[in-house]
Amino acid sequence: MNSTVLNIHNVKKSFKENVVLTNVNISVKTGSIYALLGANGAGKSTLLKIVTGLLNSDGGKVTIQNIDVADNPVAAQRLFSFSSQNSTVDGVLTGYENLHLIAKLRHKRNPKKIAEALLDKFELTDAKDKAASTYSGGMRRRLDLAMSLVGNPEIIFLDEPTTGLDPKSRQELWETIKEMKSQGKTIFLTTQYLEEADYLADQIGFLRKGEIVASGTPDELKRLAGADKLLLVVNNYQDTERTMKLLESYSPVKRGDCEISINLDEEIQTTLNVLNTLTTEKIELKNFKMITPTLDDVFMTLTRG
Amino acid sequence: MMDVIKNLSDTLTLANRIIKHNIRSIDTLITVVAMPVMILLGMVFIFGGAIQIPGVTKDEYINYVLPGILLITIATGSAYTSLRINLDKTSGMFDRFKSMPIAKSSVLGGQVVASVIFMLVSIIVVLIVGFIAGFRSDATFIEWLLVGLLIILFSLALTWISIPFGLAAGSIEGASSFSYILLMLLFVSSAFVPVEGMPKLVQIFAENQPMTPIIQTLRNLLDSQSVGNDLWLSIGWMVLIILISYIFGLKAYRRV
Repeated sequence: MNSTVLNIHNVKKSFKENVVLTNVNISVKTGSIYALLGANGAGKSTLLKIVTGLLNSDGGKVTIQNIDVADNPVAAQRLFSFSSQNSTVDGVLTGYENLHLIAKLRHKRNPKKIAEALLDKFELTDAKDKAASTYSGGMRRRLDLAMSLVGNPEIIFLDEPTTGLDPKSRQELWETIKEMKSQGKTIFLTTQYLEEADYLADQIGFLRKGEIVASGTPDELKRLAGADKLLLVVNNYQDTERTMKLLESYSPVKRGDCEISINLDEEIQTTLNVLNTLTTEKIELKNFKMITPTLDDVFMTLTRG
Repeated sequence: MMDVIKNLSDTLTLANRIIKHNIRSIDTLITVVAMPVMILLGMVFIFGGAIQIPGVTKDEYINYVLPGILLITIATGSAYTSLRINLDKTSGMFDRFKSMPIAKSSVLGGQVVASVIFMLVSIIVVLIVGFIAGFRSDATFIEWLLVGLLIILFSLALTWISIPFGLAAGSIEGASSFSYILLMLLFVSSAFVPVEGMPKLVQIFAENQPMTPIIQTLRNLLDSQSVGNDLWLSIGWMVLIILISYIFGLKAYRRV
């Protein structure tokens, strides 16, 4: 089950003279979550529109399970579902009617049964006969996701699924997305939030000014911003100087009068050695902690470069 | 063949959705059904007594004014068609539907079917109120049939006009503004009074704009009179309107 479900190859797009996408390449494995991370205006939505056949590209190729989206949009569209930025539920219709509508348009045998089952799965059964416009933001998003699952698509595209949600609803939605993955769905989402990509994604692509400037697993990306660091806090300046000398072989960096940081290449061994040395030399530690680079650090590194 | 049936079924599924929208919106029902009824009653029972048209008795004024009211009913309906289309564009529903494995024509097709059905239903309501208020017709079955076909064609024409406006407008307010132009055209026509009494310039405009021949044709058909060239002129105008809006509509739809 490690086949590629989605392949984006050298996709370009300009609106008049404004270049929006330059040679974007992405491939997504079956059953994984891919997060396309980028600020507003980076070209995320444009890329999604091209991938879902809503917009023609100026060059390149998008295939979903080897079906070319531009050549054969309807065949490709059978394989995926797409929720655009504002949760696209019909506010006038009830939750049940929304699901029933999508099931009918996908020509499913038993739209009623499908709708009921999804309402149940997404805990919307109690509100099924209420107009979707009366739903809370979190409920609307859940209904939106339920609509995405109608017809069992191979891959689900979500454009900024948690934008505008309160923290609790966002957390719940994250769990739902993870659960969808655990049931074998492939999910391609866009987000502006680093923590969201970090929490959910197997693979992340950084889109900046229409270009993928970095990609990899969250861990790989964090390594781009440097290794984990060990931060030592001692009691006084003398101790700092002594520690610097004692740990010279680890190339320590002074970060203040009483703070020293050390790059950790082999985490456990280095940490043990450092602590041993300090104990033998009777240098008292006021504090010590491990610092792991966050995606924010990656983001800073990339935007600086 | 399977594809045709599938497209048709998708179109009806999507039309059904818009019909639900219309039925559940009190605002739409009031504007599209109640307003034309009020205008009809107002023209007949309030202004009608003061309007004197050569060859038309006071009791017959309702026969004179009803065709124009029918067109007003359709024109107000078209404002809502445009509004629904604009809402689907701005809310992202078009994106959702267009990214589904259905014929892209069924998305607009559903709007068109729902719009025409809704217009026809409000026409029937206005006709019933008209009969109660004293409207009488000498038309034969064939003439009624022609009236029906013209009403359907006019509904189609105004539905298609509303599509490029609804797709191009950035907001709901902008989407329905074109319907004021339609209503203005109806007021500056022979809908309520003969054009002969209007100032010369206005008269020339009124005689040569599309609404007047359509109203004249409907009026003569309902009165069982000969329609002459007006019938062909009306059909020509409406086909022209549909063709032009179709071209602009599809262009705008591809860009959405």
